[in-house]
Amino acid sequence: MSARLELENVCHRYGGDEPALENLSLAVEPGELVALLGPSGCGKTTALKVVAGLLRPTAGDVRVGGLSVVGTPPERREAAMVFQKPLLFPHMSVAQNVGFGLRMRGTRKEEAGRRAEEALRRVQMDGFAGRSPEELSGGQQQRVALARALVTEPRLLLLDEPFSALDANLREEMRELVLRLQREGGHTTVFVTHDQEEAVILAGRIALIFDGRLQMYDRPEAFYDRPATREVARFFGATNFIEGLAKNGSAHTPLGDLKLGRPAPPGALTLTIRPEAVRLEGGENSFRARVISASYLGTQVHYELQTAGTALRAALPPHVRLAVGDEVTARLPAESLWVLK
Amino acid sequence: MGKKGGNLGLAFAAALVALPFVPLVLWAVAGEWRFPDLLPTAWSPRGVAHLVEPGGGVLGATLNSLLIGLATAAASVAVGLPAGMAIGGYEWRFKGLVIFFVLLPILVPPLASTMGVHVTFIRLGLADTVFGVFLVHLVPTVPYTALILAGVFSERTGELEEAARTLGASAWQAFLRVTLPGVLPGVAVAGLFAFLISWGQYVLTLLIGGGSVVTLPMLLFSAASGNDPVITSALALAFALPAVLALVLALRVLKPGERAGGFVGPGKVS
Repeated sequence: MSARLELENVCHRYGGDEPALENLSLAVEPGELVALLGPSGCGKTTALKVVAGLLRPTAGDVRVGGLSVVGTPPERREAAMVFQKPLLFPHMSVAQNVGFGLRMRGTRKEEAGRRAEEALRRVQMDGFAGRSPEELSGGQQQRVALARALVTEPRLLLLDEPFSALDANLREEMRELVLRLQREGGHTTVFVTHDQEEAVILAGRIALIFDGRLQMYDRPEAFYDRPATREVARFFGATNFIEGLAKNGSAHTPLGDLKLGRPAPPGALTLTIRPEAVRLEGGENSFRARVISASYLGTQVHYELQTAGTALRAALPPHVRLAVGDEVTARLPAESLWVLK
Repeated sequence: MGKKGGNLGLAFAAALVALPFVPLVLWAVAGEWRFPDLLPTAWSPRGVAHLVEPGGGVLGATLNSLLIGLATAAASVAVGLPAGMAIGGYEWRFKGLVIFFVLLPILVPPLASTMGVHVTFIRLGLADTVFGVFLVHLVPTVPYTALILAGVFSERTGELEEAARTLGASAWQAFLRVTLPGVLPGVAVAGLFAFLISWGQYVLTLLIGGGSVVTLPMLLFSAASGNDPVITSALALAFALPAVLALVLALRVLKPGERAGGFVGPGKVS
């Protein structure tokens, strides 16, 4: 059944087309769903293939259930993978596709067929058992691929951008399906995606990777509230960066002296604040600003505020209506200011 | 162009192909056909009877041709499959050079190389034997099968095999259960090509067989250089028929217009 997965200083270099990995270390608890997130070419798929055994790391160790699997071929890792394309075997029926993994494990034909039907029911594809893969739509094919991976009761479930080829509605439906199946089955799951929204919705923890290096590994909300670096913050949509100098509990910045929620070591620092946390009120950490642009997004209005020496973005509820050119007082609450490394 | 126009074009093309066969069929069953007559003036079963005549040698020659053709096809695929897989499926050093060597037998005139092969075969006792003829037929067929299968393998990405591996298939099982069924149409085409090349071979059979291994083309050539159009036509039909049949069958089974294996497209979105 599901197992703990550990990667320790995994490196992958000079692997032809595969992006490199540099000292990737992370642990996935049994039954946890972790997203490997990053821009395309950052090495997240390489990491997944190393876990699956399709690529051999040039250094480092991969452990499943505490035992190293670096020398284990993919077929003995019990790490079923679902790819970006459904990759159904075109010469087999839907049921034969789903039963493939069981047959490879020596399960009898009748038993494999029965369990394949059951797995198809779980992905709402019952009644398609006798069909040929090419008769199915893209979304249906990907459901079958999911059933084909799950039916083997893998110790690890590896998903490599499985919904990126589907359209938006279908993608949402498939996300819910994966969440439900993962919760029911309790599979240790690693999910590769370049879509931060998808990672936030699905994952218990997110491992953010840039250029083959792990940037941050934490719960989704931490990427908004406590980003490790400016790059991490920017990847999660942060645009407000304020340079300053720290001195006993506050920061000297172009906006004036800002009080900090947590003490920072003295010296140069960069502050960030979510656009949603910016308040239109006076008090501590407030300053005068001018609205230079407004964009209405339905549930929110995004304003760009020009202040002494810097521009800030504020996201406000739609009932606050400001016009371009308005002078306002804005406040950055100390508890929402985050000091970047 | 409308469907009607397309059908008309198709009929024209079919007529163009079929037309040369009409006098062959007429001659094969003719008893007497002299110059100004548009059709034979008398009919005779002599030509057809010659084909199945027990002592006539046609049956034996057909059997030889079949045996050598099938063996050649099988051996060409057996050699061409790994070669095609290596050339089409993987990148490695000196690949261009190896491709050049694989193609060499169809670049060099077969007569030139077979002269040398003949000397060697005499020394090995392979000259004048069916086995020797089969071996020399591989010279022109292997390059073709290797090339066709290289094309088949170059279209495969290896992703299906990767999926199979993570589902619990060993490398060997993935090859047998996933790769092989996927390339089967290509293998069939390559085998058919090899068979047809062998079936039509005259020069190589004559050189290595030395006249003791008699195949259909040998009979056909000697009849054509004689002066009996009835026998020649009957033999020509017997020679052409299996090839046409095999081709029609292959086209029907393989449907070359459709994609042969590999990635299943996203299809229609529900």
